[in-house]
Amino acid sequence: MTSTATKPVSTLLYRSRRLRLGSLLTLPLVWLVGLYIASLALLLATAFWRVDPFTSKVTPAFQFDAFEQLLSNQAYLSTSLRTLGIALTVTVVSAAFAIPLGIYMAKIASPWMRAFLAVAITLPLWAGYLVKILAMRVTFTEEGFFNSFFGVFGISGPGFSQTTVVLTLTYLWFPYMALPVYTAIRQIPVNLFDASADLGARGWTTIRTVVLPLLAPALIAGSVFTFSLSLGDYIAAELVGGRTQMIGSVIANNINLNPPVAAAFALVPIAFVVVYLLGTRRTGALERM
Amino acid sequence: MKKRYRALPAMAAAAALVLAGCAADAGSNGAGELTFDVPDVPTLDEKGDYEDAVDIIAWSGFVEPEWADAFTDETGCVVNRRVAGTSDEMVQLMRTGDYDLVSASGDASLRLIVGGDVAPINTELIPNFSDDIVEGMKGQLYDTINGKVYGIPIGRGANILQYNTEVVTEEPTSWDIVWEADSPYAGQITAYDAPIYIADAAVYLMYHEPELGIENPYALDEEQLAAAIELLQQQNDLVSEYWSDPVAQITSFAGGTTVAGTSWEILRKLAADDRLQGTLPVEGSTGWSDAWMISAESDAPNCAYEWMNYTSSAEVNGKIAMNFGMAPANGAFCELNDEAAAHCEEFNALNEEYFENVWYWTTPIEQCLDGRTDVTCTSFQEWTDAWVSVKG
Repeated sequence: MTSTATKPVSTLLYRSRRLRLGSLLTLPLVWLVGLYIASLALLLATAFWRVDPFTSKVTPAFQFDAFEQLLSNQAYLSTSLRTLGIALTVTVVSAAFAIPLGIYMAKIASPWMRAFLAVAITLPLWAGYLVKILAMRVTFTEEGFFNSFFGVFGISGPGFSQTTVVLTLTYLWFPYMALPVYTAIRQIPVNLFDASADLGARGWTTIRTVVLPLLAPALIAGSVFTFSLSLGDYIAAELVGGRTQMIGSVIANNINLNPPVAAAFALVPIAFVVVYLLGTRRTGALERM
Repeated sequence: MKKRYRALPAMAAAAALVLAGCAADAGSNGAGELTFDVPDVPTLDEKGDYEDAVDIIAWSGFVEPEWADAFTDETGCVVNRRVAGTSDEMVQLMRTGDYDLVSASGDASLRLIVGGDVAPINTELIPNFSDDIVEGMKGQLYDTINGKVYGIPIGRGANILQYNTEVVTEEPTSWDIVWEADSPYAGQITAYDAPIYIADAAVYLMYHEPELGIENPYALDEEQLAAAIELLQQQNDLVSEYWSDPVAQITSFAGGTTVAGTSWEILRKLAADDRLQGTLPVEGSTGWSDAWMISAESDAPNCAYEWMNYTSSAEVNGKIAMNFGMAPANGAFCELNDEAAAHCEEFNALNEEYFENVWYWTTPIEQCLDGRTDVTCTSFQEWTDAWVSVKG
C-alpha cells in the first residue's frame, strides 16, 4: 500500500482505463478535430457561399455557383490535369533516383560513404523551402549557372517552364522518398540476395523479383509525400514555372477575389489524394507500412 | 526622357485628344449615374494623443526609412511597413483588420469603400491636403463617394513598357512587341499576373481595333472581354514569365529571361541595370492613381492621420514620388527647386493632357463605367474567371 500512496497518478491511471486513454488522446484530438479538421471544414464550406461581385466579400449561403464555374470553364480542367501530371512525374522521377541510390547506400557503399550520402540527402532539408526554390531560379535563369556552364557544350537549359517545375519539386521532395526507400532496403536480409543468386537470378532479376516487392510499402510511403506535396505547391510554379499554371496558382489568384471558387477548386487536389490513397490501400501496401 | 513624348507621332496626339474627349464624357455621365451603397463608417472628429505604432500596407517604395524615420522622431509612432505586390493582396490584407493604412490604387479603393473596410476621412485634420493637389487627382470617383473623401492622393503614373536595350535596340513606339504573334522577342516577354492586366489588352485593342467599340478598358461587355482574352492567350505564347512579385520581375529582366514587358518605373530603378529603359507607347497605357486610406478598424487613428498629413506635404510627397518614379499628388512640390521641377516635367505631373491617355486602375463592375446603359458590363469576378483561361 505504500506504493499507492507515493505514486497516486500512476495508481489512478492504472485503475481507470478511460482516464488512461483520455490522457493519451486529448492533445492529439484537440489538434486534429479542433484545428485541423475544423479549419478545413470551414474552408470547404466557403465553396457554397455567395460572393459579392463588386467587393469580393463573401456571405454565408448555400449555392453551387462556384462549382458551376469550375465546370463551365475548360481551363480549370486542364490546370487540374497538368498539376496531376506534374505530381505524378515528380513521384516517378524521385522513385527512379531513390531505388538505385538506396541499393548502393545499403548494400555496396562503405560505412563512410554511406554516412556521407545520408548527410548529402538530408542536407537540403536544412535550408528553407523558399531559399531552395530561389536557388533553382538563379540556376535556371537565362544568364544563370546552368546556361553559362552547359552553354560551353552547346546545351541550353529548360528556362522557366514546366520541366523546371518538375526538377524543382523533385529537388524539394526527394529526401522524403529517398529516406524510407533506403531504410527499407537496409532491412532486406543479405542472405536473400545470396539465395536469389544461388537460384540463378542475375542483378536485374533480383531487383525485380526480390527488392521491388519488399520495397513497395516504402515507395508508397515516399510517394504519398512527393505526390501530395507537389499537388499543393504553387510557389515553384510562380518562381520557376514561367507561364505554368497549377491548381495552387489558381487558388492563390482567387483567394482574394473569389474565395468560393478557391475553396471549391481546393477540393480537386483533396480528391486526387483520396483516390490515390484508396488505390494504394487496395494493393495492401498500407497495412505493411 | 522628355524627348520621348515629343517624339509621339501626330496621329497619337490626335488619338489622345479623341480619347480625352471620350474620357471626359464618361466621367461626367458616369459620375452622375453611378451610385453606390456605402456602409456608414464613422469619421474621426478630432485628434488625440499618438499611439505607439502605425501599420501600413504600401506599394514598394512608398514607405522608406528616409522619410519614415523622421516621422517616428517627430511623433513617436513607429512605422511598420508591409509591401504588397497587387491590389488584390492589399484588399485582402486590409480586411484582416490588422493594418491602419493602405496606399490603395483605384481598383482596390472602390472595393474597400463599398465593402466598408475603410473610413471616410476628416480632411480638416490633414492641413497639407490643400488646393495644391493636382487637378486630375481631386475628387476622383475612386476616392470620393457620396460627397465623402476616402482617400488622400499620393501620386499617379503609367505602367510603362520596359525593355532591355541590348536586345531591343530601338525604342519601341508601340505595345505590339508584347502582343503580336510575330513579335521578334517571342519567348522573352513578361506580363503582369493579375486579372486587372486584362485592361492592358483592352487599351491595346481600343487603339488597334476601334470596331470593337471599347471606350474605357474597365468597361468591357462580354464580347469585348472575349476579344481581350483572345489577345492575352495569343500573348501567352510569347511570355517567358508572368510576374506579381516585384522582385521576381527585377530578376527576370536582370537574368535575361525577359527582355520586354510591362513594368513600373520604380522596378526599373531598383534593378539598377543600365541596359533597362522604359517608355510609354503610342497606345497609351494602364496606370494607377494612389491614395492613402484609413482602415475602418484602425487602432492607431492619430498616428495614421498624422502620417497622411506628413506625407502630403510638398517635400515628403515629392520624395515618395521621386523614389517611386511617379507624378506627385502635391503640385506645390514642382516649384520647390530645379530637381523637383525636372522630376515633374519628366513625369508630366501637371500635364493633364498626358494623363488622358493613361487609364487608372479601376474595379470593373456590372454597371458600365463608360456610361453605356444598353448593355451589362463584366464584373471583376468575370475577369478573374476569364484570367484562368489565359494561362489555360
